[in-house]
Amino acid sequence: MTTVNLLKYSFSFCLYLLIQVFILKDLVLFGYSFCFLYVFFLLSLPHEVPTISLLLIGFFLGLFIDMFYDSFGIHAASAVFLAFLRNSWIKAIIPTGGYDDNVPPTLLNMGLGWYIFYCLPLILIHHLIFFYIDSLGTDLYLPLVIRVFSSMAFTFLLGAIVQAIFYKKERIV
Amino acid sequence: MQQIFLFLYRLRAFILFLILELLALGIIFTHNSPQGAVYFNSSNKFTGRLLSSKNNFVSYFTLYSANQALAEKNASLLNRLDRMTPVVDSAYIALDSTLSNNFNFWSARVINNSINLSQNFITLDKGKLDGVVEGMGVFNEQGIIGRVKGTSNHFSSVISLLHTDLLISSKIKTTEVFGSIKWDGIDSSEAKLLYVPRHVMVEPGQEIVTSGYNAVFPEGIPVGKVKEVSYGNETNYLDITISLGADFSKLNFVYLVKNDLREEMDSLEIEMVNPSQ
Repeated sequence: MTTVNLLKYSFSFCLYLLIQVFILKDLVLFGYSFCFLYVFFLLSLPHEVPTISLLLIGFFLGLFIDMFYDSFGIHAASAVFLAFLRNSWIKAIIPTGGYDDNVPPTLLNMGLGWYIFYCLPLILIHHLIFFYIDSLGTDLYLPLVIRVFSSMAFTFLLGAIVQAIFYKKERIV
Repeated sequence: MQQIFLFLYRLRAFILFLILELLALGIIFTHNSPQGAVYFNSSNKFTGRLLSSKNNFVSYFTLYSANQALAEKNASLLNRLDRMTPVVDSAYIALDSTLSNNFNFWSARVINNSINLSQNFITLDKGKLDGVVEGMGVFNEQGIIGRVKGTSNHFSSVISLLHTDLLISSKIKTTEVFGSIKWDGIDSSEAKLLYVPRHVMVEPGQEIVTSGYNAVFPEGIPVGKVKEVSYGNETNYLDITISLGADFSKLNFVYLVKNDLREEMDSLEIEMVNPSQ
């Protein structure tokens, strides 16, 4: 990874973190629909990033978010899980012709169909783990399911909008 | 031997995954109990300062309702003060020391709050240096809010009443029947009153106040009103839903209360339970 890229991704790490804890933390629709936009930081890292680094990035991103959410490791646990599955999932859904080097998996680079297929299962697993651990003290399953699916929709929608507006299409050589 | 190392090396990502996941779960299970230390939460210095500057900005939007609530509280306090001022007259006798004041009050500002998870916490802008200690009760003019879980020098972390592990000893104001308030994790404006036996007559609309039995809150701080009473699945107890007095989505200024006699009460109770010690 070049220095420019490193700077770029460090900056976007901080930006995702700040937006998550200062703006999106207070934005919960109907009391059920959360937006965990920060998962898109992990999702849009280049696919050459090895799983080891991805795990560490996910862990610390989750831990920082936990500090502000007062959720003590729940974000870290679910972000690590997502980071672990990401690379295998990218390999599993390889399009015909394979991936181009130095092209991060973003919406504009890969097309909407592939992107939905890539994001939704990973977001679903992340949210399932998060809300399951959060609800351990209770025996409520219906609210859990509503939370998981409505948050998945909200997160994906906002994430896709952010991708469409702020991420450039890489030139494929 | 080399084979084993090679095998482990090939599994390195999975091993790191397991380590990090266990670490995270360890943090969850050691810190998510109602009692415990505070490291990875919003009352540490760094996050506390950031959150309080955010709150400086956001609190302007709720100033109107905060002012109104404070004015109402002032009015009711003035009324009480008026009633309690002793009449100067020769028949005045000082009362017994058991009735004297042993609760101290502080005020604080909420700088971080959540209501939509199952385990919600609140951060306040007063800490150890302001005299806040673990176990103090938190309430506002509308009702009780929670209990202090941990403190740093300038901030403190409070378990919200909207946390499914927190129980608050309460009673029905008119009939003096007591039970425990516990949130069921569904709606941030409702909670359950547990352990009220079936033979007790409970009417919707009756007021619930703190009982003063657990020495965290003084007696008589409002909690909410009975909303619905039914015979639930439990054989011995009523299923009572109450609507909470405090609006958790609009918390701004709160009061902290400390019982000076709490340690004495607690240690006496422990001695009664384990006489050998």
